[in-house]
Amino acid sequence: MQAYPRWKLWLILIVLMVSAMGTLPNLTTPPSWWPSAVSQPMNLGLDLKGGIHLVIDVDVEKAVEHSVEEDVDAIRRVLRESKIRYRKLDAKGNTLTVLLKNVSDSSAAESLIEAALPGYDISSEQGKFTLTLSEIETKEIKKFAVEQSIEVIRNRIDALGTTEPVIVKQGERRILVQIPGYEDSARAKSMIGRTAQLEFKLVDEKGDLDKALAGQIPSGNVIVYGKAENRGGQMIRQPYLLKKRTELSGAEVSDARVSIDSQYNEYAVTLKFNNKGARKFDKLTTAHVGERFAIILEGVVQSAPVIRERIAGGSAQITGSFASQEARDLAIVLRAGALPAPVEVVEERSIGPSLGQDSIDQGMNSIIYGCIAVLLFMLLYYRMFGLVANVALIFNMLLIAAAMSMIGATLTLPGMAGIVLTIGMAVDANVLIFERIREEIRLGKTRLAAIDGGYDKALSTIVDANITTLIAAIVLFQFGSGPVKGFAITLSVGILASMFTAIMVTRAIVAHTVEKGASDKELSI
Amino acid sequence: MQLISPDIHIDFLGKRKLALIFSALMLVLSLGLIAGKGLNFGIDFTGGTLVEAKFKQAPAVADVRKAITPIGYEQAIIQEFGAPEEILIRVQNKNATNSSKISTDILDALGAAFGEDAVEMRRVEFVGPQVGEELTQAGILAVLFAMIAILAYVTFRFKLRFAIGADAALLHDITLVVGIFALTGKEFTLPVVAAILTVIGYSLNDTIVVFDRIRENLAFNRKKKKPDSEVDVVNASLNQTLARTLMTSLTTLLVVGALFLLGGEVIHDFAFALIVGIVVGTYSSVYIASPVMLALEGRFGPSDEEMKAMEAKP
Repeated sequence: MQAYPRWKLWLILIVLMVSAMGTLPNLTTPPSWWPSAVSQPMNLGLDLKGGIHLVIDVDVEKAVEHSVEEDVDAIRRVLRESKIRYRKLDAKGNTLTVLLKNVSDSSAAESLIEAALPGYDISSEQGKFTLTLSEIETKEIKKFAVEQSIEVIRNRIDALGTTEPVIVKQGERRILVQIPGYEDSARAKSMIGRTAQLEFKLVDEKGDLDKALAGQIPSGNVIVYGKAENRGGQMIRQPYLLKKRTELSGAEVSDARVSIDSQYNEYAVTLKFNNKGARKFDKLTTAHVGERFAIILEGVVQSAPVIRERIAGGSAQITGSFASQEARDLAIVLRAGALPAPVEVVEERSIGPSLGQDSIDQGMNSIIYGCIAVLLFMLLYYRMFGLVANVALIFNMLLIAAAMSMIGATLTLPGMAGIVLTIGMAVDANVLIFERIREEIRLGKTRLAAIDGGYDKALSTIVDANITTLIAAIVLFQFGSGPVKGFAITLSVGILASMFTAIMVTRAIVAHTVEKGASDKELSI
Repeated sequence: MQLISPDIHIDFLGKRKLALIFSALMLVLSLGLIAGKGLNFGIDFTGGTLVEAKFKQAPAVADVRKAITPIGYEQAIIQEFGAPEEILIRVQNKNATNSSKISTDILDALGAAFGEDAVEMRRVEFVGPQVGEELTQAGILAVLFAMIAILAYVTFRFKLRFAIGADAALLHDITLVVGIFALTGKEFTLPVVAAILTVIGYSLNDTIVVFDRIRENLAFNRKKKKPDSEVDVVNASLNQTLARTLMTSLTTLLVVGALFLLGGEVIHDFAFALIVGIVVGTYSSVYIASPVMLALEGRFGPSDEEMKAMEAKP
């Protein structure tokens, strides 16, 4: 047997030291001089820590539609300014259609529209323009909608007072929200899910509501319903005939606070407008004294108070018999701003805190008892060599813990299962080697030759066998979501670590103990 | 200590016809169960809501059902989960617009019926219909990708008929594990798919060890003056690796057993799939992979040239 190369010993020693350092923060709080860059305690997944896990889908198509609808106003404005008359102007999906009254205005109109809406592909024929939102622009709007939604959702969740929420984009149009340690799944969902679109519109006092309800809605008007109210045992929603134009919106709100409505002694939300909003509100209330304006939240009229006098202070109050929590949440979402598009929860995996702790206990138990069983079994079966394999196994566990801490991987319950499985499979490499050594001994080789032969012949088998398992683990990582990914990570780390410990570490130990005490007594294997 | 006597000579391949009939029978049975009885797909694939709640006092399932009937979930699947105080409720998605609220409604109803403080939320899972479809697709793709990648690797390291033997063993293992899930009616979830992928890795590990030995012995055999038949070589290889095969299965079963018994209810089915997979995978690496490989002898090109190519590789 050749002398064991010195550099390999050093490598093992260095890995051992780094592993010990990497694992330390998981066991105790390291001293203050400890370089925190070396490793942090392992991250625990939500399934162990407890908390809320939501995947939210942003209706980006709606954001595109919304943006196209807004551009209708822009076209209307430029055409009106240049006194070009049109017969039809409407938006559908990502397309705008403009039909001019006089075909002779075509070229003038085309250059105007082109200048006003650069993001569209324009085709024209006989005074009819079809504007299609360009692909680049569409993509941009969708991307922006998701990014803005993330911002808004972050603001709302921050207001819940939780620590370290994770809010990240997932794929094209989805957002992953994780709130560790938070339990109230219902509240989190309702806070995140509401669009919080706030609009102020004037009530059309001269319009005929009954006629409009019968289907004849004047072109500049719209019918919006109020909250469902119980009247004589029947749930009734009061209809309002409103002017289509939005006078003020949530975008002009700079602050929202819970207040008590002095008139009815109820919870209310007081809004503060920003400068622009305050000016608009001032103008609106000055021009329409005696009329009503409707406050519409998420498509429902909350209240429609009469304007008694000019309101110059730049604030307004939303009432609507709120419960205290309701008012508080409303204030939060209004402060955080409106979502640019409707969102929907498409996946939820929330874990209560007690289940998380149970899972940690049970996972740790499985690891400990599984480990003890394998250690005992190996010792019993392979004696001295079993002891060597056991040292390698413990080294292996240390290495996994260190690697997980140092790459900042997240430990999940399936991840713990992966570690348990690794314990069983890690000894496989040693079993292969030891069985091979036994065979070599039976063939009549000397013990040192048998050890050499065993390690050499088993090597290619070990590599082949582990690479195929690694392939399965990598595929698992690619397709898996959250917890399953955690399993794939620990399994991969475990396979790599076990190859190192089984081949390098046991070899070094065997080389040193057996070689030094070289005598003719039989190998204890 | 030794499990297997070193001079053991089991004629594995002599009984390969018998094994083949047995395997075919099991496969047909599994496929029949999967097609006939069907799998109890979890919400990961069907979409739906799962609520796990812990009660102060063990409730009767009938009372739980009564509590959620007024809100329209009398069809829910309600079962005890690990302990009598813990109840698992599963419902399908409705065509309602906001399905993510179902869990809230159920927990509210339970709170109203049993008292707010008597019911504790342990776990809520909701999978929208769209996501369910995506997860199903991802699951099928993952199994396919794993099989193809393994086929490619084994072909590269050995040769095609070895790879086909390995993949045949894998298909056998997957079918049997899924078949057992159909038989027992255990919930088929995303973690179970993960367990199946792990079984693929494990079973292959076993098969590769045997194949490696066969390759080594074949190369050695050709140098002999009077070479043995390939069947004898394979048989000898199976016997030589038998001790290792059983040892590794045993240590792995030890730890997975710990997981099954101690890992808790959430991981239970996952561990169950692993246990079945390890047993089946050990069987298949002896009785499926090698016989199939043998049966394909000489099917794929001149074997002598391939042998030389093989020898060139480590």
